[in-house]
Amino acid sequence: MHGRLKVKTTEEQAEAKRAEREQKLKLYREATEAIFQKRQEGQLDESVLELTSQILGANPDFATLWNCRREVLMRLETQKPPEEFAALVAAELGFLESCLRVNPKSYGTWHHRCWLLGRLPEPNWARELELCAKFLEADERNFHCWDYRRFVAQRAAVPPAEELAFTDSLITRNFSNYSSWHYRSCLLPKLQPLPDAQPPGRLPEDILLRELELVQNAFFTDPNDQSAWFYHRWLLGRADPQDAIRCLHVSRNEACLTVCFSRPIIVGPGIETVMLLVDESPLPVEWRTPDGKKRPNHVWLCDLPADSFNDQDSQHSFFLMWGDVQKECVLYKGRKESWCRDSATDEQLFRTELSVEKSTVLQSELESCKELQDLEPDNKWCLLTIILLMRALDPLVYEKDTLKYFQTLKVADPMRASYLDDLRSKFLMENHILKMEYAEVRVLDLSYKDLTVLCHLDQLLLVTHLNLSHNLLRSLPPALAMLRCLEVLQADGNAIETVEGVVNLPRLRELSLCDNCLQHPSVLQPLASCPKLSLLSLERNPLCQLEAAPEELRVLLPDVDRILT
Amino acid sequence: MADKLPSEFDVVVIGTGLPESIIAAACSRSGQSVLHVDSRSYYGGNWASFSFSGLLSWIKEYQEENNGEEWTAWQELILETEEGVALRKKDQTIQHVEVICYASQDSDEHVEEVGAVQKNPGSVTSASTNDPPDSMVTACSDTSELTTPLSEPEAAREVPDVDVTLGNENHGGDTDCSQSPLEQEKAGNLPVGEDVVDAPKKNRITYSQIVKEGRRFNIDLTSKLLYSRGLLIDLLIKSNVSRYAEFKNVTRILGYQEGNVLQVPCSRADVFNSKKLTMVEKRMLMKFLTFCLDYEQQPDEYKAYEECTFSEYLKTQKLTPNLQHFVLHSIAMTSEESTSTLDGLRETQNFLRCLGRYGNTPFLFPLYGQGELPQCFCRMCAVFGGTYCLSHAVQCLVVDKESGKQISRAVLITDQSVLKADSDQQISILTVPPVEPGSEAVRVVELCSSTMTCMKGTYLVHLTCPSSKKTAREDLESVVQKLFTPYAEAELENEELKKPNLLWALYFNMRDSSDISRECYNDLPSNVYVCCGPDGFLGNKNAVKQAEALFRLILPNEEFCPPPPNPEDIVFDGDGLQPELSSPKPEDAKEITDQGEVEECLEK
Repeated sequence: MHGRLKVKTTEEQAEAKRAEREQKLKLYREATEAIFQKRQEGQLDESVLELTSQILGANPDFATLWNCRREVLMRLETQKPPEEFAALVAAELGFLESCLRVNPKSYGTWHHRCWLLGRLPEPNWARELELCAKFLEADERNFHCWDYRRFVAQRAAVPPAEELAFTDSLITRNFSNYSSWHYRSCLLPKLQPLPDAQPPGRLPEDILLRELELVQNAFFTDPNDQSAWFYHRWLLGRADPQDAIRCLHVSRNEACLTVCFSRPIIVGPGIETVMLLVDESPLPVEWRTPDGKKRPNHVWLCDLPADSFNDQDSQHSFFLMWGDVQKECVLYKGRKESWCRDSATDEQLFRTELSVEKSTVLQSELESCKELQDLEPDNKWCLLTIILLMRALDPLVYEKDTLKYFQTLKVADPMRASYLDDLRSKFLMENHILKMEYAEVRVLDLSYKDLTVLCHLDQLLLVTHLNLSHNLLRSLPPALAMLRCLEVLQADGNAIETVEGVVNLPRLRELSLCDNCLQHPSVLQPLASCPKLSLLSLERNPLCQLEAAPEELRVLLPDVDRILT
Repeated sequence: MADKLPSEFDVVVIGTGLPESIIAAACSRSGQSVLHVDSRSYYGGNWASFSFSGLLSWIKEYQEENNGEEWTAWQELILETEEGVALRKKDQTIQHVEVICYASQDSDEHVEEVGAVQKNPGSVTSASTNDPPDSMVTACSDTSELTTPLSEPEAAREVPDVDVTLGNENHGGDTDCSQSPLEQEKAGNLPVGEDVVDAPKKNRITYSQIVKEGRRFNIDLTSKLLYSRGLLIDLLIKSNVSRYAEFKNVTRILGYQEGNVLQVPCSRADVFNSKKLTMVEKRMLMKFLTFCLDYEQQPDEYKAYEECTFSEYLKTQKLTPNLQHFVLHSIAMTSEESTSTLDGLRETQNFLRCLGRYGNTPFLFPLYGQGELPQCFCRMCAVFGGTYCLSHAVQCLVVDKESGKQISRAVLITDQSVLKADSDQQISILTVPPVEPGSEAVRVVELCSSTMTCMKGTYLVHLTCPSSKKTAREDLESVVQKLFTPYAEAELENEELKKPNLLWALYFNMRDSSDISRECYNDLPSNVYVCCGPDGFLGNKNAVKQAEALFRLILPNEEFCPPPPNPEDIVFDGDGLQPELSSPKPEDAKEITDQGEVEECLEK
């Protein structure tokens, strides 16, 4: 019948497709070659713009071609009259938009737009914000676009409140949006200036409360969505601590000064400058780490010349400056050592900074999380948040509860069992450090705690006796070398295979490593650097089975008086 | 021109309702020659949408008395070897039509629609009941067991409303067809632009204003929505018919509780944003809805309650009464007394599966009204060569079974939404639970002006429920009074807390013929198939199912509405070399020589 439609057969279709593809490939290759040719010859003119646009229009991820365009535009900027160049820029913006429509997640395209807008004398930021809004409406989780929006908002000096309202609208549509939550965390601290006393990065109470309610709505609606939990964790977290010298320790016998910084640093010229004044006059010293490696470390030490210690003067003062922070410690006549340090209990090093009001906020957060946990007993995010809230409220009071929740959590999230063990070890160590400091002693007993890892060793600079027996440790890590005052270390009944951290400990006298997994005497090599070590217990280790072990150990550690195998 | 059209067709489809139009499109798509006729001057039958004046004409037609049947001329055309099957001409599917105008009618009576082509679309045709039939089709030439036309003229054996599809045989008969453009009124239905008279909030909207603006919007006879994962959407996409229509997502699901209209949180975003629910309620609701999504996988959760009603089951689910109400009436949209647990779970699951495909509610509404959809399929049919004749009654006899089921409908024009929100462009569906046990829930669909179903500053509200009393008005007026205030009374009322004003109301009953199958008719020729009118459900599932089932009977070996070929793969076959088709080729068929021209003649 007249006018009926006939459809090509599959073979015809395939053939037509193939021919079309071949033709496309040919054009693509020719254009690419032509561009590179021109670039090599330094022929950077509009024809290159035209050629690159053909290819980038189809494949915006060809980064080299974007570079070509940048070269051309920079060249033309110097050659063209301003109005002609402005037209080129307008065309470039239009072209970029069409590329973004092809692929809204192309790094090259967004980067080129950033570059172009950054160079314009009078960029139309309002239009750019609109463009972002449009692309985020199509895909509210396009992080390329979020990135660009932050760039635009910053350049256009958009008030944080407006941007916050924008994130509101997108969270309302779909709260599973890391980018949007993250942007909030950047905007909120800028929202209203805080009183000077408060460290930067913290939120005023009313805002914090509002945000907590918002995020609670999210995790009650969908407790398995981790974006909300992550934001919640940020809300409860603390700002990065400010730089500080946590502890300064001087030892007369070892003629040594030891410093503990608030973060791992490398002391040295051009990196971190530290100045030492002894009795108010500068003393140039050589800084080193306890393990001798020049890597970022919390603890640095230096040898003091003998004349800074003469016992005639009633006292010697040691004054250390690091950037704009400082600490002083005075060594009185007749004393062997002296120190000055920040206490973990005073500074609440392991906790969020909380006013009384915030504690009540946290208390109610804890209540609602417990409520959610009743409904969703196996939700790992909820369990973990309960643990974190308890720690934030009072780590010692909630210690038992916390350990109980850890057990539930390990069952609910077996894939992260080891991570949870480590986290639990960390929290337990924090608690025991607090207890030790409250008791004002230098002895720390961590036996039978199921510890899998050692944390916060920088806080143990002054500890003389440490008991790590009957835990699940597999090594004595390098950080242990920070314990400069350690005299007795017990670590029986673990699964220790290496003892790298037992190195250069000037006062270590006794070391007990019975019932561990030490395979061969050679792993004990680091102990040779501990000058005072006189008693070493190695009973019931695999190396005891080796016939040659006692002999090898004597050769390896000739200064150790007694080695029990 | 008309008499040069082909006189034989593979398939003749009578009536342009949704299932008929789908069948016509499917047959045409499969290469059948299709004649699609409708006695009315408009497309869609009871599925149609009208401009305001079109609706007034429709009302007038149905308020007039039936003046008996003309039965003469065409009988002479039946050959000795043929027999006629009579169809009743007068449509009795619509009853109890009542119109109440609340808006002020003080201005002159002669207001006409802006740019109206004719005041009454019916008047351009001969469809008015007193005219003699101007066309006839004799059908079923070799069916011998057919009864003589009107030999037993009981009401029970007549077919006033049935839309009949005739299958696979060539039918002789004189047809007086013209290739009508799809809709003569379409030109008036341009999107409302800036030039539209913007009814200011404080200004009273008058009846004459509505009449004047009447061509800018379309009012549906049948109020339905499309489930976004429903059969109709699937079909529209698969067949590519979707490109002929535009849709809007329903924006809100509303509930009615203790005299208040509330927004029902149903999507994840709704639950998150809801200020009405407590945290624990949020969790319980989400938990229950997540369970419903794949309830089949967790039979232990509901096995024990299979014998109970869904509402009893909900009570066991740790849901607060608030949430039970939302789930029962607004999400599952089921009955409190009679829906079983399994049916309720299935309905809830269906609702949830449709969520999020096109937005935060499960429903779509076609711009310009539901009546667009049959037309879209007609267009598809025409693109593949189908022939259209409107205003041509077909008179042949089939026997009607009276269906007891009636749908009660109300169409209202109001001046504001039942639940005000930031945006006045909301499309909402509200289920009003039954007032007393035994009565029926009323489904309310409120459309804003951007759906092109009402003028700016007004809302079009459809109420639908199965009929239980005598007339639609008796069924629905109590709900109307709960939600709205008649316009005149409004002046006395406090401006605050005021219900929306009712400007205009139409009530009618429409027959629900969904339970009528061809088995209900005696002596139906084997190649005659029967379609239903609109049913009382919200979705269009039954129409699509029926269309597909009938198509399979007519053309058992053909695919149902396959995707049309890629435009670049189409070879225009101007020579008409179509070996499988032996039907005589009309000499002058240039209106369907190529697709472009057909498109043009169908251009809206």
